[in-house]
Amino acid sequence: MQKYSVFNLIKKAFNGHKGWEVAWKDPAPKAEYDVIIIGGGGHGLATAYYLAKEHNLNNIAIVEKGWIGGGNVGRNTTILRSNYMHDENGLFYEKGMDLWRSMSQDLNFNVMYSPRGIINLAHSDAQMNAYTRRGNSMRLNGIDAVLLGREEIKKLVPVLDFSENVRFPIFGGLMQPSGGTARHDAVAWGYARQADAMGVDIIQHCEVTGFDIVNGKIKGIQTSKGNIKTKKIGLCVAGSTSILAEMLNMNLPLETHLLQACVSEPIKPILDHVVTFGAGHFYCSQSDKGEMVMGGDLDGYNSYAQRGNLPTLQHVLTEGIAMLPFLSKLKMLRTWGGIMDMSMDGSPIIDKTHIEGLYLNCGWCYGGFKATPVSGWTFAHTIAQDRVHKLNAGFNLNRFNTGHLIDEKGLGTKTWIS
Amino acid sequence: MLHIKCPHCGLRSQNEFSYGGDGTIKRPELNKEISDQDWNNFVYNRKSPRGKHVELWQHISGCRQWIKVQRDTVTHEIFQTADVKQDIK
Ligand SMILES: Cc1cc2nc3c(=O)[nH]c(=O)nc-3n(C[C@H](O)[C@H](O)[C@H](O)COP(=O)(O)OP(=O)(O)OC[C@H]3O[C@@H](n4cnc5c(N)ncnc54)[C@H](O)[C@@H]3O)c2cc1C
Ligand SMILES: [Zn+2]
Repeated sequence: MQKYSVFNLIKKAFNGHKGWEVAWKDPAPKAEYDVIIIGGGGHGLATAYYLAKEHNLNNIAIVEKGWIGGGNVGRNTTILRSNYMHDENGLFYEKGMDLWRSMSQDLNFNVMYSPRGIINLAHSDAQMNAYTRRGNSMRLNGIDAVLLGREEIKKLVPVLDFSENVRFPIFGGLMQPSGGTARHDAVAWGYARQADAMGVDIIQHCEVTGFDIVNGKIKGIQTSKGNIKTKKIGLCVAGSTSILAEMLNMNLPLETHLLQACVSEPIKPILDHVVTFGAGHFYCSQSDKGEMVMGGDLDGYNSYAQRGNLPTLQHVLTEGIAMLPFLSKLKMLRTWGGIMDMSMDGSPIIDKTHIEGLYLNCGWCYGGFKATPVSGWTFAHTIAQDRVHKLNAGFNLNRFNTGHLIDEKGLGTKTWIS
Repeated sequence: MLHIKCPHCGLRSQNEFSYGGDGTIKRPELNKEISDQDWNNFVYNRKSPRGKHVELWQHISGCRQWIKVQRDTVTHEIFQTADVKQDIK
C-alpha cells in the first residue's frame, strides 16, 4: 500500500497526481470466507480492520448493500465524547477516546481528530447537581470532566445567550475537554483502505437477503451477488438491524427511528467547542469549512425513510436560537437524516447470539460514531475469540432478560422520546 | 408533516399528536403465570418493520384519545386510522 505523506504528495505533484493507487479494490465475492461482516459502515469497517490487525485473520469479507460511507457513518454530526456516568459506558467509550487519539497515525489517514472540548449547558440548580454527580463518576473512571460556572462559560463561549430575561438562563455546565469531533468520511475511508491493504474483500452494492443456518449453526449468507459460505457472521447494519433480525427469526429490543441534522452556510470561526443545550435537545459545533453543524431530537416515530420531517427540525432549531441567537440570521445549507437502531435502554448490544457463529453489533441509537473504533475493537475480539471482551461484557443481549439495563438517561424503554 | 385522520376529530396535523409506539403489542393477562420471555416480548422486543406498521398515537391537543394508525415506515403513507379498541389487520 502506498503511504500517504507530504513527501509522496509533492512527488506525485510532479506528474500531475497520476499514479495514486486506488484506496480499496472492488473484488467479486469469493466462494467462502472465514468471517463475513455485514454492513460497511464505520463499525463494520473497523471490525474487519481489527480482525485482520489484532487477530491475524486474513480471509474476511465486508458485504455492503450500498457504498462505503453511505450509511450513518457519513451522515452523523461527528461528536466524540465519553462523558457517561455508568461504568459500562464510561470505560468502553474512554477506550474509544484512546483509539481516536492515535487513529490518524494508525490508519495513515488524516481523520481530522479535533479534541476541542464538549460543553453540556445546565439551566437550573438541579441540573448543576446532576452534572456534578456525573462529572465525579466520570473522574472516578479516569475520564476528564470539569464543572464550569456561568462566568467561566461566558469566557469560553461568549456567543451564547447570557441575557437575564431568558426562559432557560445558563447556570453553568459540564465540560469534557478531550471531547470533540473527527471527519466522518475520513474514518470510513481510512479503515476501508487499511482493511483492504490487509486482504479484506470490501464487496459493495451487495445486499444480504438471507442466511443459511443448519442445526443452529451459521453456514453462509444469500446475497444479491449469490451465495457465500462462512461459519462466522458479524452483523453491523445499524438502522437496518431489525430487517435482518426478521430474516433470522429474532425479535430484538430495538426500534428504527429517524434522526436529522443540518448545516448552515459557512461563516467565519465563531464557536470553538461542541456545545449542547440543557433544557431540550440541541447541539452545535462549527466545521472546518465554517458551517454550523446542528442536530437534536429524533423525528419521534418509527421510520426507515432516511429523510426527515419539518416539525422536528423547526422544534430543534427553536432551541438552537434560544441558545445561540445569531443562528437566526443564517441561511440553512443542507438538512438530511439517517435511520437509528434505538435500543430499549439507550445502550448498545455487542454480543454472541443463540445461533452459533452469529454475532450482533447494534443498538447504537444516535451516538455510535464516537464508538466506531472501540466497537470494532471489542467486536473483533468477540468474533475471533468467540467470547466477549470485558469492555463489552455489559452490552449483552441477555440484560433485557435479567434486568441489568444500562439506562444512562433514565428514559425507560421509550428512548425515542428523548 | 404527517396528516393523521383522528377517528373522532377528523384530519389534523402531526403537531397535535404524540406517538405511542407499536400498536400490536398486547399486555400479558393479569393474575396469570407469565414467562420471562413473554414479559420481554411485551416490554422490550419489537418487530420494527420496514413497511406497514400499526401504531398508537394520542390526539394530545385534540380529543386526547389514543388511536390506532397504520402507516408505512418508509413512505409515511397512512392507510388506515381507527379507534384504539378496533383492530387493524
Ligand atoms: C443525523 C445523525 C447525527 C448523528 N450524530 C452523531 C454524533 O454526533 N456522534 C455520534 O457518536 N454518533 C452520531 N450519530 C450516530 C452514528 O452515526 C451511528 O450510530 C453509527 O454511524 C452507526 O454505525 P455504522 O457507522 O456502522 O452505521 P452505518 O454507516 O449506517 O452502516 C450500516 C451499513 O449497513 C448496510 N446494510 C444495511 N442492510 C444491509 C444488507 N441487507 N446487506 C448489506 N449491507 C446492509 C447499510 O447500507 C450501511 O452502510 C448520528 C447519526 C445521525 C443519522
Ligand atoms: Zn381526536
